[in-house]
Amino acid sequence: MANISLELLALQTFTGLALGSVFVLLGIGLSLIFGLLTVVNFAHGAFYMLGAYAGVFLIGLTGNFWLTLALVPVVVGCIGLGVERFLVRPLYGRGIDYPLLLTFGLGLVLVELVRITYGLDGVPFDTPKELRGATDLGFGFFPTYRIFIIGITALIVTALWLFIEKTSFGLVIRSGARDPEIVRVLGTDISKVWLIVFAIGTGVAGLAGVLSAPMRSVIPDMGTTVLVEAFVVTVVGGMGSLVGAVVAGLLVGVVVSITSLVAPELSDLSMFVLMALVLLIRPQGLFGKKGLMG
Amino acid sequence: MSDIPMRDTELQVSGNRLAGIVRSIARHRVLAVSAFLLLFPLIMPYEALAVNILIFGLFALGFNLVFGYMGVLSFGHAAFFGIGSYATGIAIVHLGLSWLPAILLGVAGAGVVAMIMGGMAIRSRGIYFAMVTLALAQCVYYLVYQMSDWTGGEDGLTGVKAGEINLGFFEFNLVDPTAKYYFMYVFVVIAIFLFSRILNSPFGAVLEAIRENENRARACGYNVLLTKWYAFVISGLFCGLAGSLNALHLSVVPIESLHYHLSGQAVMMSLLGGMGTFFGPFVGAMAFLLLEDIITTMTTHWPLFLGTIFMIFVLFFPKGIWGSVLHWMKR
Amino acid sequence: MSDKKQTTKKGVSRRNVIKGVAAGAAIVATGPALFNIAKADGHAIKIGMPVPLTGPYGKESQEQARCAQIAVDQFNAAGGMGGRMAELLPRDTKLKAGEAATRTLELIEKDGADFICGSLSASVQLAINAVTKERKKIFMSISQSDGINEAKHFSRYTFHEAMNPHMTAGAVGRYVFPRNKKRVAFLIADYAYGHEMARGFKRAGEAAGIEVVAEVKHPLATKDFSTFLPQIQAARPDVLCLCNFGYDQLNSLKQSSNFGMKEQMLMVAPALLYSQRLSGGADPYEGVIGGTNYHWTLENSIASSKAFNDAYRKSNNGMPPSDYGGYGFSGVASLLKAVKAAGSTDTDAVITALEGLKYDNYKGGQRYRGCDHQSVQDVHIIASKSKKDMANDYDLFDILHTDSANEGVLRTCDELSKLT
Repeated sequence: MANISLELLALQTFTGLALGSVFVLLGIGLSLIFGLLTVVNFAHGAFYMLGAYAGVFLIGLTGNFWLTLALVPVVVGCIGLGVERFLVRPLYGRGIDYPLLLTFGLGLVLVELVRITYGLDGVPFDTPKELRGATDLGFGFFPTYRIFIIGITALIVTALWLFIEKTSFGLVIRSGARDPEIVRVLGTDISKVWLIVFAIGTGVAGLAGVLSAPMRSVIPDMGTTVLVEAFVVTVVGGMGSLVGAVVAGLLVGVVVSITSLVAPELSDLSMFVLMALVLLIRPQGLFGKKGLMG
Repeated sequence: MSDIPMRDTELQVSGNRLAGIVRSIARHRVLAVSAFLLLFPLIMPYEALAVNILIFGLFALGFNLVFGYMGVLSFGHAAFFGIGSYATGIAIVHLGLSWLPAILLGVAGAGVVAMIMGGMAIRSRGIYFAMVTLALAQCVYYLVYQMSDWTGGEDGLTGVKAGEINLGFFEFNLVDPTAKYYFMYVFVVIAIFLFSRILNSPFGAVLEAIRENENRARACGYNVLLTKWYAFVISGLFCGLAGSLNALHLSVVPIESLHYHLSGQAVMMSLLGGMGTFFGPFVGAMAFLLLEDIITTMTTHWPLFLGTIFMIFVLFFPKGIWGSVLHWMKR
Repeated sequence: MSDKKQTTKKGVSRRNVIKGVAAGAAIVATGPALFNIAKADGHAIKIGMPVPLTGPYGKESQEQARCAQIAVDQFNAAGGMGGRMAELLPRDTKLKAGEAATRTLELIEKDGADFICGSLSASVQLAINAVTKERKKIFMSISQSDGINEAKHFSRYTFHEAMNPHMTAGAVGRYVFPRNKKRVAFLIADYAYGHEMARGFKRAGEAAGIEVVAEVKHPLATKDFSTFLPQIQAARPDVLCLCNFGYDQLNSLKQSSNFGMKEQMLMVAPALLYSQRLSGGADPYEGVIGGTNYHWTLENSIASSKAFNDAYRKSNNGMPPSDYGGYGFSGVASLLKAVKAAGSTDTDAVITALEGLKYDNYKGGQRYRGCDHQSVQDVHIIASKSKKDMANDYDLFDILHTDSANEGVLRTCDELSKLT
């Protein structure tokens, strides 16, 4: 494309931000779980996929997109509860490799279970009527549904931020991340905090899944590439940093989008180049605390 | 990573006869593996599976140097396997070289990539090291994917044929499965011998010192970064040889030789067999590929079994098959 | 009878594997003997079928295997080849070229397969082809590819029952472009198959005088196409050619209609798949024009289609077969017809028989061209129906036009021979 107009560039950047907001949703959950539990959740993509399938199931049951949207994070979060309690908890104190490897195995199992239940091929999932079509942004038309996703992401990020920064439970979370021993000594049941954080993290992944369902195919494999993208986002942003996940998510989105315009076949590669560059210059990621993983 | 299974050579048991056997196997580990692998194809259902186990055992062995012995998790080892494959394939298909220079080129190619990747990544630690190696390996993947004139891109590189191999006193063709197995066998046994020598050298001891306590190793005056880099490169050479042999085995180089799934497979095989043990990777590769072969003929839901087995091992047998055997012997 | 004996033997050897690791020498002695018997005991005509039973295209390939089994059953019911029965051995390739090569080696070395038929995806079939031609086994490919016809990959052991992208995209282009669709945009999956489809379109477009206004390559297995679409939209094409397959196709269709592009331009997809349309739903595909080897409604005019559909319906609760199922059926049926004609499973004899075969397995007359063993066959131009126009759940496409079987739609033998 030799003639890239300013309008196209603006639209492309906006597209990148919209794509980025999906990345943000994916990155937040992963980063949150890592920051507090130092668990690298390799089943994150599987929870994303579960979200989409829970959406398919619930919309069949209720017929209402909005109700489904509200219920999915709860359902997926509950599955997350069970996983933390019975599978991840026995591994605390064994180093970060073991939870990582466990969730890797769990991811395989979850995908296969869905495959057995729903079959190999995709399940259709229609865009809700209210959000169909495109909206004029002044510099081009943009799908209404994607604008809606930007809004939801902003909402979730704000809510999480308020929850962690402004509530007393959030205070426990923050102190738990800094020094779990002290928190325990002070009489707080830290394992309950971890349980809830794991559930929130997986719940947000599930929400990302159901939000993606109308745009992407709902197939059991849908989480595999997403997992890698979520990793890129959290690592670029700094593992465990909420702000980092937001900034990195949007950054990755824009980088991918602009690459798609100039050299589309390299768009997949662009995020890995970005990640490699960031890590070589700042090994702990953009907003990561130094020595966290020491 | 505190409870890594101990090295076989450190095994100090007496009284128990079985333990005695295990100990003597551990003492003559190269001989033991060589003898076992010599008879191995006879108990395998078909030769291609035996060759696969040989190749992936070697791959996991190389990976284990970094993961098991040095305690550093890498997600980039597919790059070495894949580059080993592609360099050998390109040497045969495009450069018209014969099998031996082709294999050497494959190993050298993997070594060069390991030097570069290691040089860039070795400073980062913990999970970040895993992520940097993953990112760099993905870059290699896309680079090879895009260079389709040389590599065939998504189609893979076809036409990797070693042809008639003439050793002067003996002539054979790799199309014959038995000949192919013993051809690979020679390379793998040489590699195992070298690997054992490396572990027994002072260098091997430094590696384990780093695993146990990096700061103490540094305080003792060892150049930790350089040692890590050496280990990474050596590990890359072994994985490159595995990849190179795989190209000759399949007579094609599929693009998934570079996919990060393969790096994950190395982790799984090491864990299944027992990381940080000498026999672990081969035991792991054998268990993995045999199970896969048996289960996939019965059901299409192999990942369900794989995932479950994997979780069971992480939860209950973190030392892996061979590591648990050693542990049980010691008791 | 001999079959039964063999499977038990195989079972024993498998268990031996596990015991053998621990128990050693005694089994080492008996092991090879067992296998030698298993290999020599080849009375059944064995057709190995490496297909990606798991993974994203599991449905298509399970269908391929199901339909291939129908061909085998029909052959056996008709008495086989002088009493020699056929047996189908499906194996999972996981959609990976390396896995496919290993499975093919297994089929040849362990199971003693006489022929190999199968696969889905170009890279996998090229890997299988590399293995089979080195070992001088016939490979009947039932997945689309241009590469397999070219001198670089072709060998006299290679047969291609499926259509190739050149003929499919060409037929669709020849139908669409002259209907006042001159400004053309391409969205191309960045791999051989995608490039091959785009090339097919462009060849057809030269004659029609098209203008290429946008050409965007996307990585294989892209989930989010939004970043590729604005530039296509900005180019204001009359028609967008989707040179991609499977879920790439479904995702790009879904997302481009979100961008409102379906109202602005015609969407064209050369490989418009039956089961993909079924799982994607009617909405994203509505009005999309594409090409296919088969749609079950052909039974209204073609007798062999009716027979194939009926055989399939009998064992599948009245459902009709799919397009890729047709490939699986026809590939194996042709092999077995050739075996019968040759009166043996000898590779050279069967090749000669296949080369001379004129067959009508499921969609009208077909034959394999001499120089590249490409099956010359009808190409149907179809349009995806809207939900309200569907007579039943399986009535997915209208057949708009048929490019009847002729060599003219293929690349010339001369051109192929130069592609080494």
